Amino acid sequence: MSTTVYVPRDATAVALGAEAVALAIAAEAARRKLDVRVVRNGSRGAFWLEPLVEILTGDGRVAYGPVHASDVASLFESGFLAGQSHDLGHGAVESIPYLHKQERLTMARCGVIDPQSLADYQAHGGYAGLKAALALDGATIVQVVTDSGLRGRGGAAFPTGIKWRTVLDTQAPQKYIVCNADEGDSGTFSDRLLMEGDPLCLIEGMSIAALAVGATRGYIYLRCEYPHAHAALNAALAAARGAGFLGGDVAGSGRAFDIEVRLGAGAYICGEETSLLESLEGKRGQVRFKPPLPAIKGLFDSPTVVNNVITFASVPIVLARGAAYYRDFGTGRSRGTLPVQLAGNIKRGGLVECAFGVTLRTLLEDYGGGTRSGRPIRAVQVGGPLGSYWPESKFDTPLDYEAFTQGGGMLGHGGIVVFDDTVDMAAQARYALEFCAIESCGKCTPCRIGSTRGVEVIDRLRAGDRPAQQEALLRDLCNTLTHGSLCALGGLTPLPVLSALEHFPEDFVKPMAAMAAGS
Amino acid sequence: MSARRPVSVTLRVEPGSDLPADERAAVLEAVQACRSLQGSLLPVLHAIQDRLSWVPPRAVPLIAFELNLSRAEVHGVLSFYHYFRQTKPGRHVVYLCRAEACQASGAVALEAHAKRRLGVDFHGTSADGRYTLEPVYCLGNCACGPSLMIDKELHAGVTPARFDELVAE
Repeated sequence: MSTTVYVPRDATAVALGAEAVALAIAAEAARRKLDVRVVRNGSRGAFWLEPLVEILTGDGRVAYGPVHASDVASLFESGFLAGQSHDLGHGAVESIPYLHKQERLTMARCGVIDPQSLADYQAHGGYAGLKAALALDGATIVQVVTDSGLRGRGGAAFPTGIKWRTVLDTQAPQKYIVCNADEGDSGTFSDRLLMEGDPLCLIEGMSIAALAVGATRGYIYLRCEYPHAHAALNAALAAARGAGFLGGDVAGSGRAFDIEVRLGAGAYICGEETSLLESLEGKRGQVRFKPPLPAIKGLFDSPTVVNNVITFASVPIVLARGAAYYRDFGTGRSRGTLPVQLAGNIKRGGLVECAFGVTLRTLLEDYGGGTRSGRPIRAVQVGGPLGSYWPESKFDTPLDYEAFTQGGGMLGHGGIVVFDDTVDMAAQARYALEFCAIESCGKCTPCRIGSTRGVEVIDRLRAGDRPAQQEALLRDLCNTLTHGSLCALGGLTPLPVLSALEHFPEDFVKPMAAMAAGS
Repeated sequence: MSARRPVSVTLRVEPGSDLPADERAAVLEAVQACRSLQGSLLPVLHAIQDRLSWVPPRAVPLIAFELNLSRAEVHGVLSFYHYFRQTKPGRHVVYLCRAEACQASGAVALEAHAKRRLGVDFHGTSADGRYTLEPVYCLGNCACGPSLMIDKELHAGVTPARFDELVAE
């Protein structure tokens, strides 16, 4: 009888050697004349255990990791195909505390199924949401999504149902569904993990959106830095098309919908929805003025739903299990779950999906286990390069959009980047402005010019050149950026800059001056 | 009855007639593959770069002609996006992540090491023509940095020593 072995094809797992592991397992099995079937699953997101190899046994799936190609012979020797113990063994994969404690709704199938297998997807609840949606009219689907409390997971947290309602109510011969898969924020990888581990879930979510608002064409705007996700999406689209879940007659409904993947070209700004639409139209990715909203005049001037990968991927379970099921997770106005990404200098980095309300400290300590370097955590940046730098005193903030805003931060796309006590926070503040200068689309002056001026001011400040005046100038400049920029790039760059200055002022003092003051 | 044939004078240079044959073929193939797409300029530029490893600026008039765009529009798009190259790269492109999560894991030191080892600054090509070094802002491998990608192959936890191994391969 054949034994099923799972070896992830996720980009991080591959970067850590999963290809060599998969080849070594096949070779070792052939040498021992054992019948082994290797399935290339996605990652469960426990990246510190990757490559995480799983064996399907009579008692469920047993995990071993991190496995290197050189460990494979000894794993066979100790009988890992029968789930026997080994130094790299973790027992039943679901019992690993990091995974066991999570509340996986959106990412439930990641790492579990073969992402290219429609049969596997459907065996794990896939397309139940679309089936439920097909029994409803567009307005009812929109109402279910509204009632679930789902908000945009890209970072802006706008209520998804309200956006869909606007597109539904706008009459037009052509409407579009656009997925923002331009996951450019440092410290975030949940979109990538989902697209590689469960791409059909995204396709199902977009299909439900199309049914809801009456769209017939969809685009996934994927960043070109994700070649693995690109391959996974194209394979999944072909599988869905082949089985009639996309095309002229979606699941026998008589409704047409199809999706095309388009690649970005290394512009961070194209994660901003109007820049993304410009880019899809074949233009420079420059921000548009709003209004008109994309929901009314979006892609090619047609009503367009633009949502993040995780937003679309959360829709199938809302339809399959009902709005109340999803809404019952979470806290305050932040309903459901958020796939949080633990990144940077962290011992147990990876993806943690929890209901809103869990504290930053729980994520950093219980899940993350502190820094990888073993030194104390000095700062975390939540929400990508436009998020605030926070010190330890803010770690009791619950995961909640409003709580983060009140604390002077931003939850964004849920990325948490951890820094130990060797970090130079003035350098981080300078980098935030440098990044803004590199990635500015150039349309509005505060962002285009202010970012470069900001770098210069910080350089003078750090050099001890009239520091009080430079600080006043920096604050004034940040005020202009916050209130005068056209989009969030210029508008939020002051968050990392000013939070670093507020919480870590000592790093902005010229070292010589600091030494003189200390002596 | 005169036997003289009319003389035709070409007043306009055919776009792309000055391109090397391989570049001209790549542009025409790329246009052919993407022509039916709405807003096809980015897919066309990707298809050209996939074939040639760069988009020669001298191909701009031909791209513009084939897509019925102005040369300014094509140049504007080509020069806006960091990924599109207007200079020929080395045999391999090393995309080194500079973003925060990798910074927290040692990317600043790796960046200095990579520049020293290859003898180039960002966007430069090593003297032996093997590697072009490019900055990239996130590869989505943020829990296992520092990260870099050589062509389309991603690498995690890249120490300076590991970098030397990778570029020696």
